[in-house]
Amino acid sequence: MNHHSQEPDLERLSFEDAFHELEAVVQQLEGGDLPLEEAIALYERGMALAGRCGQALDAAELRVQQVAVAGGQQQLGFFLDEDEPPG
Amino acid sequence: MNQPRVWTVSQLTNHVQQVLEEHAPFQDLWLMGEVSNLTRSSAGHLYFTLKDSRAAMSCVMWRSAAAFLSWRPQQGDAALAHGHISVYAARGAYQLYVDRLQPAGRGDLHARFEALRDRLKAEGLFEAERKRPCPPFPRVVGVATSPQAAALRDVLHVLRRRYPLARVLLAPTLVQGELAPPQIVAALRALDARDDVDVILLVRGGGSLEELWAFNDEALARAIAASRHPVITGVGHETDFTIADFVADLRAPTPSVAAEMAVPDQAELRQRVADRAAQLRGGLAQQLGQARRDLGEQQRALQRLSPQGRIDGDRQRVDEAVHRAERALVHRLALHRAALDGAGARLLALSPLATLERGYAIVRRRGPDGSEGLIVRRVDQVRAGDGLVVQVQDGEFGAVVGGES
Repeated sequence: MNHHSQEPDLERLSFEDAFHELEAVVQQLEGGDLPLEEAIALYERGMALAGRCGQALDAAELRVQQVAVAGGQQQLGFFLDEDEPPG
Repeated sequence: MNQPRVWTVSQLTNHVQQVLEEHAPFQDLWLMGEVSNLTRSSAGHLYFTLKDSRAAMSCVMWRSAAAFLSWRPQQGDAALAHGHISVYAARGAYQLYVDRLQPAGRGDLHARFEALRDRLKAEGLFEAERKRPCPPFPRVVGVATSPQAAALRDVLHVLRRRYPLARVLLAPTLVQGELAPPQIVAALRALDARDDVDVILLVRGGGSLEELWAFNDEALARAIAASRHPVITGVGHETDFTIADFVADLRAPTPSVAAEMAVPDQAELRQRVADRAAQLRGGLAQQLGQARRDLGEQQRALQRLSPQGRIDGDRQRVDEAVHRAERALVHRLALHRAALDGAGARLLALSPLATLERGYAIVRRRGPDGSEGLIVRRVDQVRAGDGLVVQVQDGEFGAVVGGES
């Protein structure tokens, strides 16, 4: 895992939150009229968010869980192997 | 002896046709048999034979009726045809002119399907306004299906490939048989009851009409309509439509496609993220470029307004003043010099030496110590015997005062 240069709050951001913020940042920066320092800070934030998005996708693994359903399908007795390659 | 009647072929064919058409049971009959020799003309008419183990019957279904078929009859299908018997005179063949055709043994299912579909449609359950949009980034995807089925594997495969960020909640259920509908409803409700679920997939792989029948259940249709979360169905194959499909917010032709519809594609998302990053870089570059241009403009403006210009101007004026002062001074000096020269000339004119040239002499009394004394202007300044110095034009000579005068 590399955590270099990323703010701690970024690490906890979900993909969709990071992505939405990224879109907002892009819009803000493209709107112009920002003091240069703010623009640079926004740019840095945006690039960090883009990095977070890629990282979230890279690290993602589909989790499969089962919910209990009223009505007795326990007798199905299936076994769900999450690691099994899809066939 | 009666002369035997001789028919023409046309007469006989006409008569047979008449007899058949006048026989009421032949004009409104149901015929069951196996479909064979099925051909569809380019005009859309269906020609086929219905047969059983011992006999065969030619059938025609005109396009006007065939267009309304709710299924596609296949060679070997057991079918139930409705129509009337008549004669195709050109071939001397009697045929069944079919106006309705159903799969045999499923006719009842079909009728029920259509009745339920029409009823629910009349209730407005299929209206487009009822369809809810699916969230673009579902965190939790509920899947109601049989855990053993290939459909589940297909769905998980697609989700894993496209959007592994999602969490899958599986609600296991039977998907065929008489016990299936209440289980599917229970599975759907179990998923719908959860607040973390964003979208529900209701999927089942391909199968016969009977095998898919569980998805034509009224209670299931109403459960889908009542669900809080959007429901995507993917039941059977492309050509299969179930009541559940009509009620669902989104109908996919297969389970895999249902999964594709439920989540975004990470390849596309990565591309979008890359695009945004490029936009960011572009935006900043543009802003920096603008800032640079603004700065240049301000610098030029500053130069125009700078006191340096005034300082330079002042310096020049000082230089000019100094220069003028110098020139004035030189002039004055020249004037002075000229005046001096004039004075010198006048001085020269007044000099006693000039007078000496004219023959006058200057007499000074020599002091006792030999020094030259005062110029002698009056007689009483000297006494006899005093030494004098007499200056004439070209020098001096000594003299002594003589006797009394």
